[in-house]
Amino acid sequence: MLAALGLLFFLLPLAGLLVRAPWDQAVAGITSPETVTALGLSLFCSLAATAVSLVLGIPLALVLSRTTGKVRGAMRALTTLPMVLPPVVGGVALLLAFGRRGLVGSFLYQAFGIQIPFTTTAAVMAETFVAMPFLVIAVEGGLRSLDPRYEEAARALGARGWMVFARVTVPLLRPAIFSGAVLCWARALGEFGATITFAGNFPGRTQTVPIAVYVALETRPDSAIILSLILLAVSLAILVGMRDRWLGEP
Amino acid sequence: MTAVLLTVTLLTACADRGCGGGSGSCAGQPEPLTVFAAASLQPAFDAIAKRYRGVFDVTFNYAGTQTLTAQLQQGAQADVFASADTSHMTTLQTAGLIFDTPKVLAHNKLEIAVERGNPKNIHTLADLARPGVVVVLADPSVPAGKYAQQALAKAGVSVHTASLETQVTGVLSKVALGEADAGIVYVSDIVTSRKVDGVPIPDAANVIADYMIALVRSGTHLQNGDHFMQYVLGSQNFLKDAGFEPA
Repeated sequence: MLAALGLLFFLLPLAGLLVRAPWDQAVAGITSPETVTALGLSLFCSLAATAVSLVLGIPLALVLSRTTGKVRGAMRALTTLPMVLPPVVGGVALLLAFGRRGLVGSFLYQAFGIQIPFTTTAAVMAETFVAMPFLVIAVEGGLRSLDPRYEEAARALGARGWMVFARVTVPLLRPAIFSGAVLCWARALGEFGATITFAGNFPGRTQTVPIAVYVALETRPDSAIILSLILLAVSLAILVGMRDRWLGEP
Repeated sequence: MTAVLLTVTLLTACADRGCGGGSGSCAGQPEPLTVFAAASLQPAFDAIAKRYRGVFDVTFNYAGTQTLTAQLQQGAQADVFASADTSHMTTLQTAGLIFDTPKVLAHNKLEIAVERGNPKNIHTLADLARPGVVVVLADPSVPAGKYAQQALAKAGVSVHTASLETQVTGVLSKVALGEADAGIVYVSDIVTSRKVDGVPIPDAANVIADYMIALVRSGTHLQNGDHFMQYVLGSQNFLKDAGFEPA
């Protein structure tokens, strides 16, 4: 009974979205310039955030998986913090670090005249901040369940450190990297709080789909519903695409 | 003196309502009144509420007028709504969501908010168009954003906007944090903020914002709501202190 209530609680909001959707305007809504702009920007930012997460996150996961004791505990806590931190707090923190008056930002601004807030870079940074932990955790999990004998064998056959990593470790990790990257991308795509706080809201520059939904809800609710449906469809596609990993038998 | 009189009136009004209903609204702990108010009204309303709370309990929901309007349209429960423009109030009135005709609460004007000491030497709206000046405005869906566009159009200035904030207080905070060089906000925002300096906009380019107040139909404390509304309308001195112009 309670289980049914729980399921219903998930189902009803989705049903609301589908029932209230202005289907007759769906095509016009999806192809409207505002929607296309927001979608394009969201796609770019989330993919860029995933790319940055891959470049920085895989080495981080590697170090995490090879560290033990208190250092590992501290590093792991720091890495997972953005997963539990309210995103808007992450946005404020980013502003205080990379804003014009921020720890690093003030130096960038004074020395090079670089201003990060309100730029697409800021949107990518906000998404990376929130989404990278998902990749790191997935890859670290993959590394821990890796059989070390493969790497040892490669090393015994004379492969150097980097060679072992590129030719043995990474291929073995491919499933973990893939699922981590998809999770990371999905989280980046849905990012709202940190982005609007750190990057602001400007169409084509920092107004990603979730922010467009938020702004449109107050003036053009139909557009907001259509944009929400697009995000819902993407989420469902991810779920179906990853079904073997998430929905399959344990 | 007026405050005392009002207090007495309010207490009498409460007694008139009768305490037998078991609603608990009269005995000691009255039910809180819910007031939806435009973000720019916060300093004024908080000051008024400090006096008013001795009589009734009030909880405020401050946000952009357009956000509050959308919430009310979606069925949010509120007793009183105070907007930063007439058009959103008219929308609600047309939808039959408010009682009677809204009343004019106060007026406000626009001003340019700049960092303390005005390091970028901004003196006119035209200065906002200078390259290298980071300008933040409210989104055109927000009353303050709509007024800002009107003012810029009157002055014949087109600016490169860094961000369109979803409430005017967002503009203020971006300037106060030093992330934006300038923003267009209300005179009242600058009077109460203390963290930014204001650069006046001449009347020829300025826009007068009409703040409206009305009782909401979804409210459950019609009488208390009405008393709060009258109290606020009678508190023009507080509004004036907060930088508004009397209704």
